[in-house]
Amino acid sequence: MSSCRRASIAAATLVLGLLASAAASAQATAYPGLGRAATPKEVQAWDIDVRPDFKGLPKGSGSVARGQEVWEAKCASCHGIFGESNEVFSPLVGGTTKDDVKTGRVARLTDPAFPGRTTLMKVPTLSTLWDYIYRAMPWNAPKSLQPDEVYAVTAFMLNLGGVVPDDYTLSDRNMVQTQALLPNRNGMRTDHGLWPGRSIGNGGKPDVKATACMKDCATEPTVASFLPDFARNAHGNLAEQNRLVGAQHGADTTRPPGAAPAAAAAAAPPMADSKASAATAAQALARKHNCLTCHGMDSKVVGPGLKEVATKYAGRSDAVAYLAQKIQAGGSGVWGPIPMPVQTLSADDAKAIAQWLADGMKR
Amino acid sequence: MTFPASPSPPGRLLKAPENFISRDGVRTVFSQAKAGRRDFMRSAFAAAVAGTASTAALSQANPVPAEGGDPHILNLPAHTTGLGQGVATDGYGAPSKFEKNVQRRQSPGLTQTTQSSVSFAPLQSLFGIVTPNGLHFERHHQGWWDIDPSKHRLMINGSDEQMVKRPMVFTMDELMRMPSVSRFHFIECGANTGMEWGNVAVPTCQYSHGMLSCSEFTGVPLKLLLDMAGVDLKRGRFVLAEGADGSSMTRTIPMEMVESGEVLVAYGQNGEMLRPENGYPLRLVVPGVQGVSWVKYLRRIEVGDMPWATKDEAIHYIDLMPDGRHRQYSSIQECKSVITTPSGGQVLLDKGFYQVTGLAWSGRGKVKRVDVSADGGRSWKPAQLQGPVMDKCLTRFSLPWVWDGKPALLQSRAVDDTGYVQPTYRQLRAVRGTRSIYHNHSIQTWLVQDSGEVKNVQLS
Repeated sequence: MSSCRRASIAAATLVLGLLASAAASAQATAYPGLGRAATPKEVQAWDIDVRPDFKGLPKGSGSVARGQEVWEAKCASCHGIFGESNEVFSPLVGGTTKDDVKTGRVARLTDPAFPGRTTLMKVPTLSTLWDYIYRAMPWNAPKSLQPDEVYAVTAFMLNLGGVVPDDYTLSDRNMVQTQALLPNRNGMRTDHGLWPGRSIGNGGKPDVKATACMKDCATEPTVASFLPDFARNAHGNLAEQNRLVGAQHGADTTRPPGAAPAAAAAAAPPMADSKASAATAAQALARKHNCLTCHGMDSKVVGPGLKEVATKYAGRSDAVAYLAQKIQAGGSGVWGPIPMPVQTLSADDAKAIAQWLADGMKR
Repeated sequence: MTFPASPSPPGRLLKAPENFISRDGVRTVFSQAKAGRRDFMRSAFAAAVAGTASTAALSQANPVPAEGGDPHILNLPAHTTGLGQGVATDGYGAPSKFEKNVQRRQSPGLTQTTQSSVSFAPLQSLFGIVTPNGLHFERHHQGWWDIDPSKHRLMINGSDEQMVKRPMVFTMDELMRMPSVSRFHFIECGANTGMEWGNVAVPTCQYSHGMLSCSEFTGVPLKLLLDMAGVDLKRGRFVLAEGADGSSMTRTIPMEMVESGEVLVAYGQNGEMLRPENGYPLRLVVPGVQGVSWVKYLRRIEVGDMPWATKDEAIHYIDLMPDGRHRQYSSIQECKSVITTPSGGQVLLDKGFYQVTGLAWSGRGKVKRVDVSADGGRSWKPAQLQGPVMDKCLTRFSLPWVWDGKPALLQSRAVDDTGYVQPTYRQLRAVRGTRSIYHNHSIQTWLVQDSGEVKNVQLS
C-alpha cells in the first residue's frame, strides 16, 4: 500500500509538474516558436540605463582631477575646455550660482534676457548626466568610457559649474548627496496635460482654451512679425524649393521684392551629379568621415575651415603626404589649442582628401 | 476677397513665367490680356525667352500665339514621335528629373553638425496625406545607420527581476512572423514650429512645419510582445524604449498606451520597409506623441515602475514656462493645422480662383473640423475635410477661394473630436510665454501681398 501510495503521489506530482510547466509557458506559447528567453549575460550587455533612483548605476568613482584629464582628451574638442562651447553643441556649463545650489532653482531661467540655457541650468537629475555620458559619449565613440571615467567626467562638469569643490570624488556611494546639490533639481513641473496617460500630470486637461468663433471675431489683424528683407534669401532661393509647375510657384528670393528677376531659375538640384569627379568624391569622403563636423568648408568651426587649410599648404610640395598624415593622426598647436583627435579613416581615404585639399579643393 | 458658396467657374490662371519677365511686365500682361490685347504678351514672352536657354520657361506660358496655336501642341515633341524607354531601366524608380526642387532640406544655421540635426519635409509640394518615404523628415541624434536586419535583435526585460517573468529576445524574422497591423499615423517632432515661438524666423511652411510626416506603418502591437514576456502590469506602469544607434536614444512611454494596443513595434512604412533614416529595420510607433518617442533602430524595451528622466526627458524636450520652471514629460502633440498652398515663399500668379488646402492633425484623436480665414481671423468658413479622417493622422482640408488681388491674411484653425480648438499665438503665449521651444501648435498666418508673393507673418 505504501508503495502504491508513493506511486500515486509520484504520479500526482508528475501531473502537477506538467501543469505548472504548461502554465509557465502558456504566455510564451501564444505564438509558438517565436522569441526565446534572454540570457542574463545578454540583458547585462544592453541594460545599461540608470534611473533617477540610481537603479542600474554601476559601482565606481572618479575625481575632479581625473575628470579634467578625460575631458581634455575626449570632450573638449566639441564642448570647449570649460564646457562653454557654443560652436558645435549648446554649452554644458554656465548660468548657475551658489544660490541656485542652495535653492535647487536656477534663478536665471526666470530672466528672458539671459541668453541661452546650459545643460547645468536645466538638468534636474544627476542620473540623467551619468546615464547619457555612459551610453552616448564621446560623440564619435559612444560607450567607450569606463564607469570610473564617467564618474570623473561628471564630477569635473559639476566642478566647472561650481557645484562641487576641486578635491571632490564622485562615486556610487555619494550620488544621492550630490543629487541634492544640483542647481535645477527643483526646476521641473509635471502639472500639465501633455502626458498621454494618468501616471503623470493632470490627466490630460489642456492649458489653453480657445473658442471657434466664426464671424465678427475679435482680432488684431496687424502684422507684428515678419522676415526682414535682408533675410529674404537666408534659406536659399525659394524659387528652387518649389515645384516648377503648380498653382503657385516659388518666389525668386535672389532678387529684392518687386525687382526684375534673374534670367534663369529652373530646377537646381542640390544633390551632386551621379558621375562624381574626384573632387566631389573627396568631398563626400570628408562628409562621410565627419570632417565637416569640426571643419567648415570655408571657415572655422572648431578646427580651421578646409579652404583655410588648402590655402595654407597650397605651395608646399609635400602637401599631400603631410596633410594625409595629419588627417589620420590629428594634432594640435598649428591652428589653435583645441586638439584634433586621432581619426579612424583608411590611408587611402586620408590621401584622397589630402589630394583634394592640396589641389585647392577645385571641382 | 470672397469665398464662393460652391466651387465657382474656374478662375483664369495664367501660368506666367514669373521668373523670366518683370513683375510689372506680368501685371501689364494680365491687364492687357483681359483687354484682349495679345501682342504685348507675345513680345514680353519673346524678350524673356531670348534671355534664357531654358525651354522649360516656354512651357510655363500659355499664350495663344499668332500662328494660331501653341507650339507645344502644333509641333509634336520627341516623346510623341519617338520610342520611349523599356521596363526596369531602374529597379527602384525615382521621381521625374523635373521634380528635383522637391527635397527635404536643412534650415541654415539651425545646427552645427549634420549628425545631430534635422531635415524638413517639403509640405508645400505634397498632396493628400501620405509623405513619400524619401521625403519623410529626418531627426538624428547621433547620425543614421543602415543596419543589417539579420543581425538586429529586440530585447524585452524588466527594471527588476519581478517586473517581467521571462526577459525575451526576438529576431526580425520572428517579429515579422507575428500578427501585424497597418495603420496611418502622423509623426511630428516636439520642436516643430519651435523656431517661431518668439517671432517669425523662417520663410516657408517647409521650415515652419516640415518636421511633420505621415505614413502607413506596419508592425506588431507591443502589447503582444509584453504579454509573451509576462509583465507585472500592476507595478509596471512605465515602458522605456531604447535605440541601437550611438545615442541609444531612450524615452519613457506610459503603459496605458501600450495596453490600448496602439503602440507598434514597426518595420513597414508605406508598403516597404522603413528607410534607414527613419530607423530601419525597427522603430517604435507611438501615435499622437512627439517623434522623439518613436525610437528608431529599436533594440530594447524595459518595463519599470517609474519614468527614467533620460537626456531627452530632462535636458531636451522640456518646455520652459514663464515661471522659470520646465514642463517635464510633455509628450502629446495637440490639435494643429497649417495651410500648405498657398504658403510662405510662394507667388500667386494672378487674381482669380485658387484652392486653399492644408493639413490638420491632433495627437488626441481625429480632426473634427477645420475653418479657414482670409481676413486674419475676423471671419471664418468651414473647410472640406478629405476622407478618410483617421485617428492621430494627417487630414487634408481644402476650400475654394477667389483672390481679388488685395492683401489677404490666410489662416486655418483645427478642432479635434475632444472639442479642443487650435489657439492663436496670443492665447498660447498668454499661458506658455515665448521660450518653450517645444509644442508650438499656434494658428499659422500667411500674408498674401498685392504682388502675389506670400509671406510668413505673425499677428498681435
